[in-house]
Amino acid sequence: MGAIGKIVAQRLALGLIVLFAVSLIIFLGVELLPGDLAQEILGQAATPETVAAFRRELGLDLPPHTRYVQWLGGVLQGDFGTSLANKREIAELIGVRLANTLFLALVAALIAVPVALALGILAALYRNSFYDRLVNVVTLSSISFPEFFIAYILILFFSVKTGWFPSLSNVSPDTPFWERVYQCLLPALTLTLVVVAYMMRMTRAAIIGLLASPYIEMANLKGLKRSHVILRHALPNAWAPIANVIAINLAYLIVGVVVVEVVFVYPGLGQLIVDSVQKRDIPVVQACSLIFAATYIVLNLTADVVSIVTNPRLLHPR
Amino acid sequence: MSADQGAPRASEVVLEMRGLRIEGQVDETWNQIVKGIDVTLHRGEVLGLIGESGAGKSTVGLAAMAFARSGCRISGGSIVFAGIDLMAASEETRRSLRGARIAYVAQSAAAAFNPAHRLIDQFAETPVEHRVKSRSAAETDAMDLYRRLLLPDPERIGYRYPHQVSGGQLQRAMTAMAMACRPDLIIFDEPTTALDVTTQIDVLSTIRDIVDQFNTAAIYITHDLAVVAQMADRIMVLRYGELVEEADTRTMMANPRADYTKTLWAVRTFRKTLSERAQTTPLVRVEHVTAAYGTVPVLHDINFEIHSGRTVAVVGESGSGKSTVARVITGLLPPREGRVLFRDQRLPGDYRKRGKQQLRHAQMIYQMPDTAINPRQRIRDIIGRPLTFYLGLKGQDLDRRISELLEMIELTPSQFIDRYPGELSGGQKQRVCIARALAAEPDFIICDEVTSALDQVVAEGILKLLDRLQKSLDLGYMFITHDLATVRAIADDVVVMLQGRIVEQGPKENIFAPPHHEYTELLLSSVPEMDPDWLDRVLERRGRHGAASSTSTS
Amino acid sequence: MSAPNATTVGQTADALPPPPPREPRRSAVRRALRTAPWTAQLGLLVILAYVFVAIFAPVLTPYGESEVVGSEFEPWGTPFLLGTDNLGRDTLTRLLYGARNTIGIALVTTCLAFLIGGIGGILAAVFSGWIDQGLSRLVDILMAIPQLIFALLLLTIFGTSIPVLIAIIAVLDSTRVFRLARAVSFNVAVMDFVEAARLRGEGIGWITIREVLPNIMPPLVAEFGLRFCFVFLTIAALSFLGLGIQPPTADWGSMVRDNATLITYGDITPLLPAAAIALLTVAVNFVVDWFLHKASGLRDER
Repeated sequence: MGAIGKIVAQRLALGLIVLFAVSLIIFLGVELLPGDLAQEILGQAATPETVAAFRRELGLDLPPHTRYVQWLGGVLQGDFGTSLANKREIAELIGVRLANTLFLALVAALIAVPVALALGILAALYRNSFYDRLVNVVTLSSISFPEFFIAYILILFFSVKTGWFPSLSNVSPDTPFWERVYQCLLPALTLTLVVVAYMMRMTRAAIIGLLASPYIEMANLKGLKRSHVILRHALPNAWAPIANVIAINLAYLIVGVVVVEVVFVYPGLGQLIVDSVQKRDIPVVQACSLIFAATYIVLNLTADVVSIVTNPRLLHPR
Repeated sequence: MSADQGAPRASEVVLEMRGLRIEGQVDETWNQIVKGIDVTLHRGEVLGLIGESGAGKSTVGLAAMAFARSGCRISGGSIVFAGIDLMAASEETRRSLRGARIAYVAQSAAAAFNPAHRLIDQFAETPVEHRVKSRSAAETDAMDLYRRLLLPDPERIGYRYPHQVSGGQLQRAMTAMAMACRPDLIIFDEPTTALDVTTQIDVLSTIRDIVDQFNTAAIYITHDLAVVAQMADRIMVLRYGELVEEADTRTMMANPRADYTKTLWAVRTFRKTLSERAQTTPLVRVEHVTAAYGTVPVLHDINFEIHSGRTVAVVGESGSGKSTVARVITGLLPPREGRVLFRDQRLPGDYRKRGKQQLRHAQMIYQMPDTAINPRQRIRDIIGRPLTFYLGLKGQDLDRRISELLEMIELTPSQFIDRYPGELSGGQKQRVCIARALAAEPDFIICDEVTSALDQVVAEGILKLLDRLQKSLDLGYMFITHDLATVRAIADDVVVMLQGRIVEQGPKENIFAPPHHEYTELLLSSVPEMDPDWLDRVLERRGRHGAASSTSTS
Repeated sequence: MSAPNATTVGQTADALPPPPPREPRRSAVRRALRTAPWTAQLGLLVILAYVFVAIFAPVLTPYGESEVVGSEFEPWGTPFLLGTDNLGRDTLTRLLYGARNTIGIALVTTCLAFLIGGIGGILAAVFSGWIDQGLSRLVDILMAIPQLIFALLLLTIFGTSIPVLIAIIAVLDSTRVFRLARAVSFNVAVMDFVEAARLRGEGIGWITIREVLPNIMPPLVAEFGLRFCFVFLTIAALSFLGLGIQPPTADWGSMVRDNATLITYGDITPLLPAAAIALLTVAVNFVVDWFLHKASGLRDER
């Protein structure tokens, strides 16, 4: 087990390094800005004095590495600085919205993951059947749809035509839990439809690859029941590929959230980042980017760790 | 089951296949790959199925279990096992027979064992699932079978995972697994093909013993005639999915009737006429070469010479470092110490530092002709490139020379010059590789296992061609091979390698005549011979001398 | 364990009879098209239609791209077949020009991404060593940030204009092209025929262009289709968010955004540009799926 611990620790350390590099990119990317942030925000009309004063206020008179260390130090303590647009604490802006986004993603994932895995495994087991071909055409189409297309179709049918669901997802911190779920359902369904298609295709491919292994053929030639072959022989080797598929798609889901939140005017992090990009509120965009990137990295890291700890060659070293 | 028993004891029939037809799918169309074969097998009898690649022998073997791989289907004929019509039987009936009464031993045990479970779990699940034995009875039985199959530490080896056990041991553990329910029939699908010869002999002898002890019928599938001669009571020769000839082993070995069988039997008889012992400066001299991959040492103090017009065979098993020697000579792996001389000129260790002429003089022919030539280039371009690159040939001169080279390798220029490699057979591709090497007008060619990916008849053609070219062009060859039959056929000098060291070297006649170095002796005596009594003789001799490895760790 | 017996029929004899003469390329293509599944045939037809519309947009409509021709949100009918938009521009005209702009920008971006990623990937595989290490680690880090988020960040910094948009998406997308190109080139670069070329003394140019490139074309072509879809959808999403192609340029993503309010009245006009996007990506995906299937035999079997 020592060997596994070491590999996992190495992987986690690598994850930290990547996270660090990403924070560097996100922070220093702004340095690429042609001209000066203060000038950019105040516009050409501003006098040199106001610009200089504003620069001091933003800390732009300090060298970049000092500012980076200060920024990173703040971030590690949960302080992302203040918004340029409305001078509010960014941490405060993000707090509720992050919770909302995670809630939406969670609802979507709870629907999408089991459905996609089940449908994908079925398609792999009954490969080349009518069901499999149908699933191929349907998923291929649905991954080709822009998220907003699916979102508006759902709105058209489930909100405008039938009035079952609201077309705008109004949630506030004091919305009760089930009301919140109800409000989230259409956006969650949109995300689900997009992610299920991807996830199912990947699950199918992973399972088909697994079922083509010589040891599965051997298990069949030993006259084992189909259920036994799947549960005893395929499943223990399937964790790594399945964890990988889930991680990739959850990461995708986190990103897909941006468009869906805008369509449903859902008060989440995606909405915030889009608004801030339009206002060129750079500190907020940086903070949101860092949070999205960190989530993404953690998800991928989890998949890696799962495939390490389920690998029999590593679990039982020579 | 030793071949002495000859014809089957007139007892009950275990398996009867009549008019078996199997189709394989290529691009939406179904082609027949087995075209009406009859197989009858009695209790305790071992049937050898032999043939070259594409003969359909594995497919027939699996059909005995009423199993077809994906992309194949059994399209006609009858399969009756122990009185049960498998073609008419339900899938449930077939499943209940597989593993319990008909078992299978795959070619690559390393791939066929599930990496996630211990050997004994995989052993026990067959009897437990088929409700033949309890789990604890199965475990006891596993240890007994592991002991009979001469696995080291039989009480505990089952509690290891597949990747913790060596290839030869895994193959025996798989045979034990096949025996778990004491089946009436076992299909052995090339069980020793992936093993080194010194390991193969152990696996062969233990398989033979255990099948004999339990009087199990077996179908033994192989492309190796000498192996089948040891294992089978009766032999069927297949080609293109059809039966060529069938007879009991001794009759077949002594007196093959069909022309195809005769050519198969004759292939290993080619011997080149020995070249003169040269007195000139050697073409290539390898001096005190030591090499490593990273920090892993692979070669230790290697010294030998290659002369024009002569062939040096470098022989050894996997991991002996024989291919690394070639990488050092070609400059792909610069040596740590020592040097390589070409006509007494020192060659730079790294090929990138060698001049065009230095590169031109030494050419290489590879093991896998499929990957050795670019599938997206026409034959004209493949052979033409060295001509343009080294010799500056263009236009008509180039065309003329390409045609000459194609004629040298016995391919009709007009038919082949504009083809892509995908339109050639394996042997033809290897000939193109030879032509490409010759195009550089080299003095020296390294042949890296050039025949091991080819069927024997084809391989023999390649060896003869290389021999003829050597005589007419006075080429020096270095042959890297694990196959002693190839060494016997083409070598003038032999270098025997083991674990990165040369254990013995000298002219072929000296190496192949006693007294041998201990390892050379083991290697030579492990190569199966066509004589059906060979395995008995070797085992008896080794038993008497208490010699090396028959129960060792292999 | 592999079943050579089942697959390689008749590879035995050294002197095989010559194969039938090669089919001329054109009739081979025609036969492939005829035997293609209906999905691929439909896909090709749709792609051709889009290309036609994109090229001939100005001829197909009497109005200008951003010409205000009527009042706002006029219903379907004559003279405005699909009504007008939020500024009183002809929706059909905007749709036709949108084909030109949206597809054109996506195509340029994809080509640029392939140029950067493809060259980088092949060189990483051919040179290996520290060049490979350096490029691969860089790509790892770039790929650790979700693409859309990264694009948003860069757009904030550089502002939204078409050249910036193309450059950002192309660079970000080239990381994926790099990964694929490196992987497939690496598989080819370790083959014996490449070693043979190296030992012959060939330069990097020959090895890259003559030995490696022709062997990685099929996966790269398929990837081009997939990347095009992805880029197309990303740009559409950005435009929909108001951060991509800027007005008054006609573009499907921003058309949905501009007219989205109509949906709440049950008017499906804003869905048309979205459907136009979906139809094209579906078509490309269908064709790529068929191509992958053809290029690798029964691809799922292994």
